[in-house]
Amino acid sequence: MKTKAILQNYLFILPAVLIFFIFYIYPFYKVFTLSLCQWDGISQFNLSKNFIGLGNFIELLQDRVWWGAMLHAGYITLIALTFQNALALLLAIACDRDIKGGNIYRVIFYLPPVLSEVVVGLVWKWIYDGNYGLLNHWLASMGFSNLVTDWLSNPNTALTAVAIIHCWKGFGWGFIIFLAGLQTIPRQLYETARVDGASGWQVFKCVTIPLMVPVFILVFILTVLGTMQVFVLILSMTNGGPGYHTEVPVTRILASMVDSSRFGYACGQGIMFGAVLLAISFVQIKLSKYMKQA
Amino acid sequence: MLSLFTVFLSIFLVGCGESDKVGHGAKTITIWHWMSDREDAFKELARRYETEKGVRVEFELYAPSDSYTQKIRAAAQTNTLPDIYGILGKKRDFAGFVNSGHVYDLTEEMDRDGAVWKNRFFARAISVNEFEKGNSFNVKPGIYGVPIDVTNIQMLYNKDLLKAIGANPPETWNELMEISAKLKAKGIQGLVSGWGEIWMIDCFASNYAFNIMGKDKVLDTIRGKTPYTDPDWIKVFELFRDMRDSGLLASGIVTMVNKTAEQLFANNRACFAFNGSWCVNVYKGMNPDLNYRVMPPPKISDKYPMTIWGGAGSSFMVNKQSDNIQEAVNFLKWVTETDQQAYLSKETYGLPSNRYSLKDIPIMLSQFAGAMDDTTHPNIWAVAELPAVVEAFDKGIQSIIIGEKTPEELGREVQAIKEREMTKK
Repeated sequence: MKTKAILQNYLFILPAVLIFFIFYIYPFYKVFTLSLCQWDGISQFNLSKNFIGLGNFIELLQDRVWWGAMLHAGYITLIALTFQNALALLLAIACDRDIKGGNIYRVIFYLPPVLSEVVVGLVWKWIYDGNYGLLNHWLASMGFSNLVTDWLSNPNTALTAVAIIHCWKGFGWGFIIFLAGLQTIPRQLYETARVDGASGWQVFKCVTIPLMVPVFILVFILTVLGTMQVFVLILSMTNGGPGYHTEVPVTRILASMVDSSRFGYACGQGIMFGAVLLAISFVQIKLSKYMKQA
Repeated sequence: MLSLFTVFLSIFLVGCGESDKVGHGAKTITIWHWMSDREDAFKELARRYETEKGVRVEFELYAPSDSYTQKIRAAAQTNTLPDIYGILGKKRDFAGFVNSGHVYDLTEEMDRDGAVWKNRFFARAISVNEFEKGNSFNVKPGIYGVPIDVTNIQMLYNKDLLKAIGANPPETWNELMEISAKLKAKGIQGLVSGWGEIWMIDCFASNYAFNIMGKDKVLDTIRGKTPYTDPDWIKVFELFRDMRDSGLLASGIVTMVNKTAEQLFANNRACFAFNGSWCVNVYKGMNPDLNYRVMPPPKISDKYPMTIWGGAGSSFMVNKQSDNIQEAVNFLKWVTETDQQAYLSKETYGLPSNRYSLKDIPIMLSQFAGAMDDTTHPNIWAVAELPAVVEAFDKGIQSIIIGEKTPEELGREVQAIKEREMTKK
């Protein structure tokens, strides 16, 4: 009777285990296996024939373009962590107050994240255009002709230009999460602080920030993971150019897989990239525990 | 409970089992393709074929081309390729499909009855689908694909803008530079092209490499016998520096996609474009009144001919594992006959692969067609450059255009990558 009950229990979880195995464990196993092989993605895969051990990873460690792409993603992430999240927090604080038409602002601020990244990329590419772009037109008409440039083809501005659009596109997520966090803070705490004579800055520093720490950590982690994997905007705006100036890890993985038919190397890049993201997440979790304790 | 689970498991396993193989039904041929602009014309041809021959042809469109590429790769792994399909990619990918037993060797069919089928095509269109003896891909020599249309890439000039500066179409590089100065003085944009899609840079550079040093030296470079630091290669790189310095290149050309370049040229915003024969259809849609003509890239040397990129635009392959090989071959013979090719050309404004179907095509298309015998393509060369070298070459030219590298620096960098990659082989 007991055995039957145990069997029945296992039977109940079997579909979930199967789905988990088929869609998570098996693909990961395949990617890892491929990362140890040299394979073009067309010929029949034969592990013993295609196996090259850690060859892909050794090559990857010496691949300057790959690590350059990683740095570019890091740069965009840095801008997103600061500029994007500061903007999101400021707007969330503004909308947290009882202002007229608050819901309209919420909708407007949340619009960019729901737009297609390709559409956003193409529209901003048009705005940034060196010849007929709106940005240069506005700059010239405001008397800043010296600032007019080819924003996406100039190696000094291309990456920052893309990063700014990434922030514009992504700040709505942070805004919504920050706003939700702000609304969970009991109003009585603010009122008590005011009665005690605290200034606006003191209230923000001693009430809002400590209670928002878990939200900051969540937004921090989501921003890092989301931004490091940026690529649709890049593809639609610069395709990684000019030269290698806007290459990011995912565009390199695509280049290995599609342009060079190096599936094994691309899988190695995927594994390496996953490991870097895992390490960052691990540090963030440790940091968040420390901050919560502090 | 157990019965319910058994039903669920049965459905699941049946779902995971091998489905009916695509295109294995009697008297039905299945064709996979990515050409959304030709879908209606293909369907009309399929209808006509069924009426004439009693064989049903099903065209299945999978677009965009990236998705299509992934689909046929996945289908190759699971042996579910249709009777006829196209392969997108480099010759290396094509060779991969042939070597894995997914492509039927059409050499015998092409050579039958005095090579009547083969002779109807432009020679270069066949070359793209052919593997020669001693090819570096270890493919058994033969013809493995049927060209459906052809294409080549040349320069286009806007007649009105050239007239505005009182110039004629340039025939030499120096003339092009002189025109560039006049255009700059008039504030007219010079050359537009999709050089953000780096393969078009490769195409432009290889045209001039053939003109400056000839085919043998270019292929010797790929074989590793001539370095990229050779003065002739430096001369090729210098052309991009000269174009930049003369102001010929449109602003933002290094990140420009071809669609943007086409829009600029179609709207009279650039005097020259570097584009493929497909552009005739594109410009017709964007601006039917555009006053332009086609010309070969202005040559810089008289030592070797100016050879342009071209060949088969799109080709179809017969699945070697299909049950309908003969029916598939018969259909491809029929669809490449003069009448069907003329119909396709008329409907899609493309260049037919059948050299006898050129009647009644627009003047711009006939100018493109006239250059078919002067074409070449990496896919017809016996050797292929290593992907990392190609990328460094193309991206490096972008760096010259943005003033980041000198031609000499690029030569050294590409050569270093070439040597590194060759040691891996």
